[in-house]
Amino acid sequence: MLTVEKVKKSFDGFLAINGVSLTVEKGELCSIIGPNGAGKTTLFNLITGHLPVDEGRLIFKGTDITRMPPYRICRLGIGRSFQRTNIFPRLTVFENIQSAVLAHRGESLNFFKAVGPLFWEETNLILEMVGLKEYGNAVSGSLSYGFQKQLELGIALATEPELLLLDEPTAGMSAKETHHTIELIGRIARDKGLTLLFTEHDMEVVFSISERIMVLHQGQVIAEGSPEEIRKNSDVHKVYLGEVR
Amino acid sequence: MSKENWFLIPFILLILLIPVSGSRFYVFLGTDILIFGLFAVSLNLLLGYTGLVSFGQAAYFGIGAYTCALLMKKASIVFPVAFVASAVFGAIAALIIGFFCVRLTKIYFAMLTLAFSQIVWAIAFKWNSLTGGDNGIIGVSFPQYLDSPTRFYYFTLGVVVCSFYILRKLINSPFGRMLTTIRENPERTEFIGINVRQFQLIAFMISGFFSAIAGALFGIFNHSIFPDFIFWTQSAEVLIMTLLGGMYSFFGPVVGAAVLLYLRMQVTSYTQYWPLILGTILTLLLFFFPGGIVGFLKSRLIFAKGSEDVNR
Amino acid sequence: MSLPDPSFFLIQSLNGLTYAMFLFLIASGLSLIFGVLRILNFAHGSLYMLGAYFTQQFVSLFIDAPGHFWWAVILASLTVALIGVVIERFFLRHLYTREELYQLLFTYALVLILSDFAKIIWGTGQFSVSRPAILKGAVSILDQYFPKYNIVIILLGPCIAFTFWFIILRTRWGRKIRAAALDREMLGSLGVNVSRLFTVVFFIGAWMAGLGGALVSPVSAIVPGMDVEIIINAFIVVVIGGLGSFWGTFLGSLIVGQVYALGILAFPKLSLAFIYVLMALVLILRPWGLLGRRLQR
Repeated sequence: MLTVEKVKKSFDGFLAINGVSLTVEKGELCSIIGPNGAGKTTLFNLITGHLPVDEGRLIFKGTDITRMPPYRICRLGIGRSFQRTNIFPRLTVFENIQSAVLAHRGESLNFFKAVGPLFWEETNLILEMVGLKEYGNAVSGSLSYGFQKQLELGIALATEPELLLLDEPTAGMSAKETHHTIELIGRIARDKGLTLLFTEHDMEVVFSISERIMVLHQGQVIAEGSPEEIRKNSDVHKVYLGEVR
Repeated sequence: MSKENWFLIPFILLILLIPVSGSRFYVFLGTDILIFGLFAVSLNLLLGYTGLVSFGQAAYFGIGAYTCALLMKKASIVFPVAFVASAVFGAIAALIIGFFCVRLTKIYFAMLTLAFSQIVWAIAFKWNSLTGGDNGIIGVSFPQYLDSPTRFYYFTLGVVVCSFYILRKLINSPFGRMLTTIRENPERTEFIGINVRQFQLIAFMISGFFSAIAGALFGIFNHSIFPDFIFWTQSAEVLIMTLLGGMYSFFGPVVGAAVLLYLRMQVTSYTQYWPLILGTILTLLLFFFPGGIVGFLKSRLIFAKGSEDVNR
Repeated sequence: MSLPDPSFFLIQSLNGLTYAMFLFLIASGLSLIFGVLRILNFAHGSLYMLGAYFTQQFVSLFIDAPGHFWWAVILASLTVALIGVVIERFFLRHLYTREELYQLLFTYALVLILSDFAKIIWGTGQFSVSRPAILKGAVSILDQYFPKYNIVIILLGPCIAFTFWFIILRTRWGRKIRAAALDREMLGSLGVNVSRLFTVVFFIGAWMAGLGGALVSPVSAIVPGMDVEIIINAFIVVVIGGLGSFWGTFLGSLIVGQVYALGILAFPKLSLAFIYVLMALVLILRPWGLLGRRLQR
């Protein structure tokens, strides 16, 4: 489904991504791990078009998306949540999701209909899916961090992606919230047949849900395989200095 | 929604009945307020709703004024056609200028709108044969069937009300919603599949269209047109009107225009130091009333309701 | 039609160079404040204007003292710097967390207020200051005359530039200033008193604006409106050179100075628009200016 081919990216001389190649097959649940600064978020930004690639190619469902602007990449079927919550703070929770639905359903250039009641059911469905149904009328900026992250997920899902990129979906969450979120994500992914690619720091999360793990270090993939293989991999151990048990 | 309507009723009555009072002064002031109210609301489409700070709206105002007057005077085109043409011309100018501007963000966007606006000003200033240069165009008379201040007032009222109706519909449409998401978070909006630049450009054009209408009306109302209309201080003034009234409400800018025009009229009859007063008002506004007059009133009326979104 | 002889062009060019130095003083302060505080200070031109008015005031106060012009320049520029500190500490400081639009509009409010203050105190008439005795008179270049005072200004400009550059690059304060421009939060967490640093930066910027106004008093008429005229040109300079870039500001000043001086001769009709066209072109093609840092998307 997604192929990253020998991608390189540098910032002012600092080589952030140094020849990364990886593939994600349809329906897989993959994760990318690596210490801080390994380049995980940069890689995501390259895939989604938020940063231009210096060298290499990105191919999604057979289409070359290397030079595509983010909005077109999104329309092709990639959804994304961001590391820092990226929502529409002054809009309500309902409006946040509804806006994404509007955009996805091609209604964005409609100048005449009243926007309030549009896609009411579809929006509520997604709200329910991410567990925010009771908070529909709350101003999203006033929600707690955890709820904002759920909203993030909802916005990403509203565009009905086939591949979902999640950048540290449980960052800053308590153990209980993390568990809840991961369960939610796993369930949604299975129900909708999504392909999932996420980055994480929490190893428990990574090992509980991933089918395949890729380890990034200093801009390169140093290991790749099933959770068991990665657990036993000595290079990975070295990189994490004993963090992985 | 209902609170905003309620708040407006005394205004509506006032507005409809002004000419009945027989006072030329109030008809004059009323027309002025309507025109600048429209100008400010069209700016607010960009500022309050899309989050784009434009320092060059006066360009479209001036283009509207010059186009309408020139078409009538030099090409002997009838008013209705000239009027529509000036609005279209404003939109085209906004398309060209906006195309370059939306590729930039924040301060660079603002500076480029300013640069273009100054270029338009310089053209108006120097192209003597077309625009009359520094002397401008004088002797612009009321069009044939609108040849009295009262008639022109009602015409302006009609145009402005229609414009507001259209703009309001636009803002409450899916397109309008996309503009607010762009304001809230352009990056996120990009990644729900929206070509942000395209939407910003469309908003820019719509804004230019209505600013040009305001300009065309003003040119006739003022019976003369000068390059001053396009100078950046005019852009700054309409920006202040918008902020004064409240950029997070639809009619806020109209309130701002009314208050500013009235205040200026009063103050300048007593003293020449209007800039000092304006600067002080602006400072107080920025420090203590960031939501403008309407924002302030709303927050006092609805504090009991908790966190209500004031952007609807 | 006869062409003016080359010496005329040379003099015009030198005039452009003189103007460039004044622009440089204002623009570098503007650029510094923008680079560190991220505020585009509209009122910078007003500080320049105040520098000129204060100089005129101090000159007439100390007219009998020897070297009165230079004393006036020093006092005037310091006064303006202090005014700058007051503005920063009591007003601007409270707007740092707000949106940029609010900060910009506040500086515009300052322009309105300061401009009227000047009118109230000094009236709407025109003032001028005579050049200091040692710099009176002109020098003959080819067969035209060029004022000695202007030559000093032209030489002074790069000196000030180098001093400034040296301070920023070599001293500890300079390093802190550069760090603050890059990452103020980080600097704060390293224990540096960032808010005091901001005041210092504003002081320096305001001082340079005041100095520019003080030095221009014998050259240009001191008149209401000089604040707005210079600030627009200063904006153009920093855009062309690159917001936050020091040498960019210097280069930008030179360019704008020459465009004004020679543009009038070459394209009298277009000269008014030309400078704005230049500004627009830079923003369209290379928004980070000639020497600024490239912006990421």
